[in-house]
Amino acid sequence: MSYAIVETNALGHNYGERRALDGVSLSIAAGEIFGLLGPNGGGKTTLFRILATLIRAARGSASIDGHDVVRDPHGVRRRLGVAFQSPSLDPVLTVHENLAHHGRLQGLARGDLGARIDELLAAFDLADRAGARVGTLSGGLARRADLARALLHRPPVVLLDEPTTGLDPRARLDLWRHLDLLRTQQGTAVLVTTHLMEDAERCDRLLLLDRGHVVAQDTPDALRREIGGDVIVIRGGDPETLADDIGRKLGESVSVVDGTCRIRRARGHEFVPALFEALPGRIEAVSVGRPTLEDVFIQRTGHPLWEDKESAAT
Amino acid sequence: MNSTLAATMGAVTTLWWRDIVRFYRQRSRIVGALATPLIFWLLLGSGFSGSFRAEGNYATFFYPGVMVMIVLFTAIFSTISVIEDRREGFLQGVLVAPISRGAIVAGKVLGGSTLALGQAALLLAAIPWLGLRPGASGLALALLVLTLIALALTALGFIIAWQLDSTQGFHAIMNLVLMPMWLLSGAFFPPTGAAGWMRPLIAVNPLTYGVAALREALAPGAAGTDAPSFGLALGVTAAFALVTFLAARALAERPLDARLA
Repeated sequence: MSYAIVETNALGHNYGERRALDGVSLSIAAGEIFGLLGPNGGGKTTLFRILATLIRAARGSASIDGHDVVRDPHGVRRRLGVAFQSPSLDPVLTVHENLAHHGRLQGLARGDLGARIDELLAAFDLADRAGARVGTLSGGLARRADLARALLHRPPVVLLDEPTTGLDPRARLDLWRHLDLLRTQQGTAVLVTTHLMEDAERCDRLLLLDRGHVVAQDTPDALRREIGGDVIVIRGGDPETLADDIGRKLGESVSVVDGTCRIRRARGHEFVPALFEALPGRIEAVSVGRPTLEDVFIQRTGHPLWEDKESAAT
Repeated sequence: MNSTLAATMGAVTTLWWRDIVRFYRQRSRIVGALATPLIFWLLLGSGFSGSFRAEGNYATFFYPGVMVMIVLFTAIFSTISVIEDRREGFLQGVLVAPISRGAIVAGKVLGGSTLALGQAALLLAAIPWLGLRPGASGLALALLVLTLIALALTALGFIIAWQLDSTQGFHAIMNLVLMPMWLLSGAFFPPTGAAGWMRPLIAVNPLTYGVAALREALAPGAAGTDAPSFGLALGVTAAFALVTFLAARALAERPLDARLA
């Protein structure tokens, strides 16, 4: 593996009595897109804030490009581009003014800064909105401007907290295209937090985080492979009763997750007719598919990424 | 120039610049910070004119107090943006930039102070109508005192705003702490005529000295012999500015509370 530009060692943090993070060790290589996947409250944001030097971890250590986040926060900040969940832009200033302001905070020299701003405005297709106040931009445009802001000083490590929230599908695609370019052209290491499967699938490697603990750390493919077979999701009536009946009549081990019955087995499609014959009239819907990252998460933690499906849709 | 120093200066300048631009683009803030004290001045100045027996008329007595009030309002409200910036995510972007916390505090305090001083300076135009003759040196001293008061109050506002996560909390502190501080500063009534229990409060209130210094600069001798000497008043005001700035910086350098991160 190439140079590990981001490393953490047994990071832990508490909020009062609650352990928000416990024993998290990870390493991210230069040029790698690394995803932090987990439910809200799982510890993603805490880990993100520790790496961004905003809060100090209670236990363990973390470094960016060899600089310790606690002992040398300045060295770390110089190497970090950070975009938070809500854009760090002043709505009263224009896009160009915001970028110039931030560039000066980064200590960029006047001439370089002007050229760099123009370059980023062009790259992010914002040149015609340079003079618009950020408060008048759509959420997607503001987010793009914020990403340009985070990249101004050409940081070797970029941290993005839920970068696709509030983006329409096209804007989401654009964002990933940019991140891909960043990685391939400049060897930038990108850390993305997300609770969305589509985002997680696009990462080179993933860290699954649940209740502050590392659940798994691998490539999306490897994580899926370890489950193997197909996943059959069954709906119909009371899930607990249905699971009992399926288990009794068909001898499969059934787990109930989020109001559905789930079975993992090889050649799932062959199982479906048997299911309908064994439980006539009881099945409302069946789906058979390859295991998703969500299945991996369920397998490892016993609960879904989303406890209620309402918020999953937003 | 040393490159770290240049970077710090650049950061302070751009933070300062942002505050000025914001203020200018939010016209309602200009009106709010200026109109309230002027209305106070007009209503109280006219209302008390008959019953006020100190030397000169009440409008003239109240004049330095109104200036300090303008400074207080502008300085304090300019620091409310710290709370908004934190909520909207702007502040986090500043906090992860490679600049010292001292530079962040300095940019904010200079920005707020410039605005406060600018608004108060507008009121200096009223001097000829008030029968005051401070002369050029008195005017310069008045500006110096106003600058120190503006720095102190903006830094004080920063200290309050840094620890709050809602602007409602800020308004409560404004009403419970900052307004009484202004009322007990000799801005509104002469300390010599105040009830006995108030006297110690007035004496330990650092703003008392700012108002006294400003009064002395604008009308030498008018405050009477009980007032603190100009040297003492100026010294306390300068110390007030320095202490609040250092306290604001120390506060900003502390690791953040999870609630505020």
